[in-house]
Amino acid sequence: MLHTFVVYVENKPGVLSRVVSLFRRRAFNIDSLTVGRTEKDDVSRMTIVTEADPDQARRIVANIYKLVNVLLVDDITGQPALLRDLSLIKVGATQETRSQVLDLANVFKARVLDIATESITVEMTGGEEKVDRFLELLNPYGLLEVVRTGVVAMRRGAKSPTVGSKAELTPASAEESDSVSHSV
Amino acid sequence: MGSKKQTLTGARILWECLEREGVKTVFGYPGGAILPAYDALQHSSIRHILVRHEQGATHMADGYARATGSVGVAVATSGPGATNMVTGIATAMMDSSPILCITGQVGSKLLGSDAFQETDITGVTLPITKHNYLVTRPDDIAPAVREALYVAKSGRPGPVLIDITKDAQQGTCELDFEGAAPKMRGYRPDLSPASDAYDKALAMIAAAKKPVILAGHGIAVSGAEREVQAFAERACIPVAMTLLGLGHLPASHVLNMGMMGMHGEAWVNKAIQEADLLLALGMRFDDRVTGNLKSYAPNAKKIHIDIDPAEINKNVKVDLALVGDLRKILLELLPRVAPASRSEWIERIHELKGDTAVRDIQNLPDNGHLYAAHVINDLWHETRGRDAIVVTDVGQHQMWEAQYYKHENPRSLITSGGLGTMGFALPAAIGAKVARPDADVWVVAGDGGFQMTMAEMATIVQENLKVNIAIINNGFLGMVRQWQEFFYERNYEATPLLNPNFAMLAQAYGIKSEVVKHRGDVVPAVRAARAHEGPALIDFQVEQEDTVYPMVAAGAALHDMIRRPSPIVETAEDE
Repeated sequence: MLHTFVVYVENKPGVLSRVVSLFRRRAFNIDSLTVGRTEKDDVSRMTIVTEADPDQARRIVANIYKLVNVLLVDDITGQPALLRDLSLIKVGATQETRSQVLDLANVFKARVLDIATESITVEMTGGEEKVDRFLELLNPYGLLEVVRTGVVAMRRGAKSPTVGSKAELTPASAEESDSVSHSV
Repeated sequence: MGSKKQTLTGARILWECLEREGVKTVFGYPGGAILPAYDALQHSSIRHILVRHEQGATHMADGYARATGSVGVAVATSGPGATNMVTGIATAMMDSSPILCITGQVGSKLLGSDAFQETDITGVTLPITKHNYLVTRPDDIAPAVREALYVAKSGRPGPVLIDITKDAQQGTCELDFEGAAPKMRGYRPDLSPASDAYDKALAMIAAAKKPVILAGHGIAVSGAEREVQAFAERACIPVAMTLLGLGHLPASHVLNMGMMGMHGEAWVNKAIQEADLLLALGMRFDDRVTGNLKSYAPNAKKIHIDIDPAEINKNVKVDLALVGDLRKILLELLPRVAPASRSEWIERIHELKGDTAVRDIQNLPDNGHLYAAHVINDLWHETRGRDAIVVTDVGQHQMWEAQYYKHENPRSLITSGGLGTMGFALPAAIGAKVARPDADVWVVAGDGGFQMTMAEMATIVQENLKVNIAIINNGFLGMVRQWQEFFYERNYEATPLLNPNFAMLAQAYGIKSEVVKHRGDVVPAVRAARAHEGPALIDFQVEQEDTVYPMVAAGAALHDMIRRPSPIVETAEDE
């Protein structure tokens, strides 16, 4: 089952390689990993999506916490959350098929970035499954180039974790992670 | 030196901080990128012990740490100096030993240019350190040193490395020691269990008819030796020891069953397999103690007490985990645990014991040959009751030591358990002797492993250390040969050794030496070595193709043991 972890880390050199090295060393599989800045200068934030059973997920959380620069790990699997993946998609489009592709883009609320004689490039943001479905429908026209950022995630609602506080080390319980939803 | 801020070079700040943190001794080897630090040593009261290979420095720091619980410090230069430390760092990581490694690095402007003796040692050691630092400015040295020592020792201890560029050592800045105190936002080593976990644990213990305590290295790390003993006595629970747990409960204690696992006592493993409750204290269910996980202690509920949440449910699924400091947790449990007698279970364990505890050594044929078991047994008799520390290498002699040397005191056995590092014994013994100069320190090493780091004999002599060395010399890489005997049809590929004359070699270093080939000569040789003022080496030339029994083959069930063929005694327990 896919698990989504939001990991807050101190913004220091080498932290990314520590996290990645941990996943490699413990043979945990990374489905996607994104990292970026946050509202605080000294805190970076990672969203890690990984295939794991509930027990593995617990061990992943415990192991990530062992990294000295990690501030907080939030297993948001099954929690009300926003998950977004941005893609750039270049699809084959001739004079005959161009309007069909544009229609599809319209329905999926993808933004058209570039139209050339043989292709259309669109930008698509959404939950992973939505992007997957869109790609499936575009496939017959010929996917020339696709790039996806991987998922970034945020819990819904006003409550945000207080980074830097003594966070509870209790990982998400097994019951919670049974009802997972990855699209919104 | 007062709290007044001073402007100093990074190199002087390094020693100043170590000194103020209580470091008395470092083990090291100089080189280009660490030369500024070595030059600044003249201003420090820290004792520097010159090693012969940087791997030795790390094992010495490790031995120092294991003998005392304090952080051991090793120093090396960049590139090859740093990479030579890797084995020692990995050894310390696997056995949760607090060591600090300080390496020189090329100038910060040369980083990434493949400069002479440049290695990305923080990258190399990333998976085998608890944490590491690359320091490129003198201002960052004090915070890094103070934080590193704190990280190494707190929580589950481990090795920490600080890589300091040459220009950071040469540059100057103001030293603000107080201001450099660790300010760590994410690191939280002081965990404690949920409050209802205590009640659950007590209920499980009260309900158990056949409980066993599994006692590990965490007992010494937490300083919980007395609490474990008191707890075992009050609840009347027999104790099985891991290799690194030996000594944390006296071997002579009525509840101490002895070592479990691959070469543990057969009856200890059988008791674990029959148990209805396992109480794991500061141990991590290593594959060497569990055997096949599918058939491991099938009837037992399991309670795991450990400081590291990542160890919970890693190898063995447990019914209850208490994550936190073992001593603190036991102090909570002790007044509340119900006194018990469990006479049926204790009786059953005596039944399992039968003659097995002594049959190995009794059954050795009297054919004029010298057996390692006899050497260890006699060494134990000669050194018991004194403040003795045995430091072993890895292999057959290590297992014989664990079986026949009865450790009564904590920190009296120092051995590489998790990584199984050959070459560990001699340098680790040096570290132990430096840490505890009044202790009777004995190296017990095989003829193979000893040759991996025997250059450190020169360190012993140069530093005038009274370390005694017992080589269990069987002319083979014995444990590998044993596996070849059992599992590779006696194809002794690459295991016979043509050895140097160890006695002459020792003499060449200025170490008194003796060769022993007969059992009657063991005790006199040990006594002579102890009586000699300087270091001494004894080359015990033992039976070549002896085997460590009992043995659980890799992947076999824990109770499925290969036993020493017994022509003398047959009991119901023999298969």
